[in-house]
Amino acid sequence: MNSQTRPAVVLASNRIPFARSNGPYAKASNQDMLTAALDGLIAAAGIAGERLGEIAGGAVLKHSRDFNLTRESLLGTRISPETPAYDVGQACGTGLETFILTANKVALGQIDSAIACGVDTTSDAPVALNEDLRKILMEANSTKSNADRAKLLAKLRPGMIVPEIPQNAEPRTGLSMGEHTAIMARDWGITREAQDELAIASHDRLAAAYEEGFEDDLVTPYLGLERDQNLRPGSTLEKLGKLKPVFGGPEGTMTAANSTPLSDGASAVLLSSEQWAKEHGLTPLARFVDAETAAVDHVGGRDGLLMAPAYAVPRMLARNELSLQDFDFYEIHEAFAAQVLSTLAAWEDPVFCHERLGLDAPLGSIDRAKLNVKGGSLAAAHPFAATGGRIVGNLAKILHENGGGRGLISICAAGGQGVVGILEA
Amino acid sequence: MTDTYSALVNNPVGGFVAKNLGLPKPVPLDRYVEGAPLIDGAVLVGSAPGGRLGPSVATILAGADAHVDSRLDDEVRSPLGAAGVDAGVWNPEAPGSQRWKGLVFDATGITSSEQLRELWSFFHPTIRRLAPSGRLIVLGTPPEDCTEPRHATAQRALEGFVRAAGKECRYGATAQLTYVAPGAEERLESTLRFFLSPRSAYVCGQLARIGAGKDVPGIDWERPLHGKVALVTGASRGIGEAIARTLERDGAHVVGLDVPPLADDLEKVVSSIGGSAIVADITDPEAPAQICDELQAKHGGVDVVVHNAGVTRDKTLGGMDEERWSLLMDINLSSEERINDALIERDLLNDNGRVVCVSSMSGIAGNAGQTNYSTSKAGVIGMVQSMAPVFAERGATINAVAPGFIETQMTAAMPIGPREAGRRMNSLSQGGLPVDVAEAIAWFASPASTGLNGNVVRVCGQSLIGA
Ligand SMILES: NC(=O)c1ccc[n+]([C@@H]2O[C@H](COP(=O)([O-])OP(=O)(O)OC[C@H]3O[C@@H](n4cnc5c(N)ncnc54)[C@H](O)[C@@H]3O)[C@@H](O)[C@H]2O)c1
Repeated sequence: MNSQTRPAVVLASNRIPFARSNGPYAKASNQDMLTAALDGLIAAAGIAGERLGEIAGGAVLKHSRDFNLTRESLLGTRISPETPAYDVGQACGTGLETFILTANKVALGQIDSAIACGVDTTSDAPVALNEDLRKILMEANSTKSNADRAKLLAKLRPGMIVPEIPQNAEPRTGLSMGEHTAIMARDWGITREAQDELAIASHDRLAAAYEEGFEDDLVTPYLGLERDQNLRPGSTLEKLGKLKPVFGGPEGTMTAANSTPLSDGASAVLLSSEQWAKEHGLTPLARFVDAETAAVDHVGGRDGLLMAPAYAVPRMLARNELSLQDFDFYEIHEAFAAQVLSTLAAWEDPVFCHERLGLDAPLGSIDRAKLNVKGGSLAAAHPFAATGGRIVGNLAKILHENGGGRGLISICAAGGQGVVGILEA
Repeated sequence: MTDTYSALVNNPVGGFVAKNLGLPKPVPLDRYVEGAPLIDGAVLVGSAPGGRLGPSVATILAGADAHVDSRLDDEVRSPLGAAGVDAGVWNPEAPGSQRWKGLVFDATGITSSEQLRELWSFFHPTIRRLAPSGRLIVLGTPPEDCTEPRHATAQRALEGFVRAAGKECRYGATAQLTYVAPGAEERLESTLRFFLSPRSAYVCGQLARIGAGKDVPGIDWERPLHGKVALVTGASRGIGEAIARTLERDGAHVVGLDVPPLADDLEKVVSSIGGSAIVADITDPEAPAQICDELQAKHGGVDVVVHNAGVTRDKTLGGMDEERWSLLMDINLSSEERINDALIERDLLNDNGRVVCVSSMSGIAGNAGQTNYSTSKAGVIGMVQSMAPVFAERGATINAVAPGFIETQMTAAMPIGPREAGRRMNSLSQGGLPVDVAEAIAWFASPASTGLNGNVVRVCGQSLIGA
């Protein structure tokens, strides 16, 4: 077995603009959107017909017919059908996890090239059969005699026609992700104003990125949409201050503006070894350095649902002998402004760092000017599994344009999980 | 004892009447029950910049397993973290519906009057979030230990703040100030615990001074007097009986003392708590020797001496005969001095010994018809202050509690007018219970209270009289 590793580098990325739920992509399936994102990437990188090492992808909300979503999407693109593919699932961490998996394989020399991708739709979400109805139908299916079958079907009741609609709730707590985050916001004393400020900056920075052409080679128009539909630059604290809280009760601080909306979209990242890049005349934008995943006990423990990145980052920093301040850019996924602010507060807190991380001193604060410099999920929106690819592609380009540097990625995920990584250029 | 007024105003009609007559509505106070946690709710901790008590406070709260919160940017979070306290965060700008049972503020960092604003910053957004029977505690530096005049001035100002805050606290909440001398930080624990816990139910607006003293021995906070011998005078009834029971609860072997006519009552009390009895009249010239002999013979010495026996012989001075004056003075003051002297002379007060005296609000404020009593109880305060250095030399301490209106046979026998006035004219709008006095005595008696010497703390619900 190979005990040597080699750098895995990011070469290009592509995504379709993210749309709001039941908007322009209402009729597009996960496979449609993922195929579009892959096609855009293949065209931009000029790798049509290439056989890649593999493509890893995933979707958080997936129809059962999409059991081979990535492979089926791949077959609809101009990449070589001899490219293998598999689906990955780690809730909102899926997109980044596909990148980590494929980058590790490149680093180990098991593959030379890969695409990491993700997609999600909340418009065409998988609606399941009512559980009672499903049981009767399954039984009827395996019953031989027509009389028995008729008997079974006579058990059908009108109520069984009501389908099971997927819920945005944590199975073990019954609380929505927003309600969980509202608890974190309260526990960390996060103000409404601080959340709204982060949301305004996110929109203004993403709008500026579009204006200056930064997004031109990252985003390919799709179904009439050229920019992220959720983007609303030029807002003010006063305007956002008028919105009613949506989570945390009447005293809550979380609104539609400082929480990400349900949305649809897809993204894909091309990565390879340095050798493969050279052979294909492609310029490496950034190098994968390391990654870490963590999970918290959000059911019985004291940590909030989305606090796992607060654990993952310090573990990764320690392994790489880095401090939190040793970064030029920070890409922290804005699932909710309160998630980002709670995480930053935790890293500044001597109690959290000592008690829960076992550190002698707090990690400290970060220079907020380096945070989500081209906007974040609050502006772009957050089609769950597509966010990782958006962030990796974004950061790789930022580092490349900067002529070098180090960037941190942090993504929180359902089930109390967190996925984080480091890129360098 | 039924408190008719409380029962009346706590029923809907009576409450309505009381409110419309502007009468205060007393609330039932939390009181300590054995085995309960130190404090029944979260404690918000804060520090003025440069405070020196953060580590002590953090260690104490960690040891008590208290739920602690603080502001995220408060200096106190570093010591909290270091002490292993997984403290929550509170931000006044995102206040939510948080409530606390305790508010503890380290004001030792305040060195000028301008910085007194720190008190406002910490308590302004929080005082209304104090739960019923909550505890507001300010920690400072004794003004006499501040070299800079402005520093001393600012620290002296804390007293006014706490006294006023005590009067603003509602629903049975109390406010206290503790001055901790530089170098005495390690001796804060017994006092902070007492002030935080429901044991200090009827203590409000008080000041404790913690100074030099022996190192605090390791103790079991559930039974701090385990293995100790405590003499309690006047133990057959009233406050003395409560003291005996409370010290026994805290682990002590109690030696109760009372006059021959009450020997049976005394025997009942001490036998129910596994203690022993000395039957004596403390004014008897032989009493000091008799007490010393018994303590020496049976216990080899004594750890805690509680001078509780006391009487009133009320009469305005012009109508008071000499006997009322002299007998009272002998019981309430002179006999205590003689017993102390005998114990010192025969070296019977064990190492880390405690003498705790029962003074009275009348000794502080003076009371018409009680010139004799007020003189004797002020004398008790004088004795505590003058003997403090003498006991300190022997590794012991002497302190006093000064009860206000306590519900006993003595106060039940008062005419209704003065009785109701006495009960209501304090921040808690009610009389205290004998156990409230006993808990304060147990605090002074604790082997951990090495830094408390020469203190006089009132157990009076912050009476308006003699404040
Ligand atoms: N009850 C109050 O509101 C109140 C207020 C302030 C101070 N105090 C003080 O608290 C202490 C106890 O008061 P109480 O209300 O329990 O009174 P109490 O009369 O019920 O109890 C006093 C006890 O002291 C004993 N005693 C009296 N003279 C004695 C003597 N010469 N030798 C030995 N024992 C003697 C009595 O026999 C009695 O058992 C007293 O010092 C009193 O001055 C009481």
